[in-house]
Amino acid sequence: MIYLRLLFEFFKAGLFTVGGGLAALPFLEDIAVKTGWFSVEQLTDMIAISESTPGPIGINMATYAGFTTGGIFGSIVATLGFMIPSVIIITIVSKFIQKFNENKIVKGAFYGLRAASVALISTAAVNAIGESVLFDLAKYQSTGSFLDLISIPGLILAVVAFIVLKKWNPHPIFILAGSAVVGIVLKFAGV
Amino acid sequence: MKELFDLFLTFCRIGGLTFGGGYAMMPMLQRECVEKKGWVTENELMDYYSVGQCTPGVIAVNTATFVGNKVHGVAGGIFAALGVVFPSLVIIMIIAAVLQAFAHYPAVQNAFAGIRVGVCVLIINSIIKLFKKAVIDKWTLILFIVVFLCALFIDITPIIFVVAAGIAGVLISNWKEKKAK
Repeated sequence: MIYLRLLFEFFKAGLFTVGGGLAALPFLEDIAVKTGWFSVEQLTDMIAISESTPGPIGINMATYAGFTTGGIFGSIVATLGFMIPSVIIITIVSKFIQKFNENKIVKGAFYGLRAASVALISTAAVNAIGESVLFDLAKYQSTGSFLDLISIPGLILAVVAFIVLKKWNPHPIFILAGSAVVGIVLKFAGV
Repeated sequence: MKELFDLFLTFCRIGGLTFGGGYAMMPMLQRECVEKKGWVTENELMDYYSVGQCTPGVIAVNTATFVGNKVHGVAGGIFAALGVVFPSLVIIMIIAAVLQAFAHYPAVQNAFAGIRVGVCVLIINSIIKLFKKAVIDKWTLILFIVVFLCALFIDITPIIFVVAAGIAGVLISNWKEKKAK
């Protein structure tokens, strides 16, 4: 029963995703690798769509991943699975929010959790970079030339995008739209 | 019932009009829930927000559940949470369906090859921001390095790291407190 599995996998992801937004990424990657429902490459596309459309990124990614796996019903199930842990936990916490905020154990746990969360997102980023046109491991292995490992146009695009982001802090949608245009003009996918 | 419907619609509007969720949602929440509806005070909203950031799940859903709970109990929380995700559900489904139909076109493939580079840049940028907030002393730096390397080279579920880091955080904070005494 694919829908039950979707519900269960996204429930787990929702339960252990701390810090919102991209924190869901390592868990979605884990789902991708374990189930084969979608690829790491598709996951990167989901991030692009999630960043360019309204709504919380984590929810957008769950909806998209659910749709890829099981159509309309799949996306509803995945999104519900992803948000049920939040709703239950917050409903309980809201009864004693003041105590929760000042609890020493809670504070200590999150002191450690935040560092781990950034580390996990970094690992996921390394994998996403590996799957992008920036690196072509297959070509490097066949030619043995180090120049074939890194795509120069890709690297230039990345550096320029980063500088633009730091300097003007535009909405992500502009970075993604610009990257899309560069990709089409320079035929990044090679087709 | 009218109140529940109002909660659903208001959070629908908040979810549908904010890009990126999380921090981007704060101004919308202030306008709708504090200024327009008077459901919660500014301070309450800040409390919800800070707890919503450190409890599991998406910050927007967490904050919506808090506000809904305050206004109309458990059912209020559920309606507000459903409202905030509803626009995402509809918009993403449409985009995913359209993209699937056009995915084989060369222009679409090239565009996405470019977009994937842009996404990597966006992720790195958020990692830098998050890093500054989360890695604040040598202990959190050690935790970061250990989790990063383990997650990169050992193929196990991230849940293990989250649980282990939570326990480590409690132990380290306790130990630091004892040492300070």
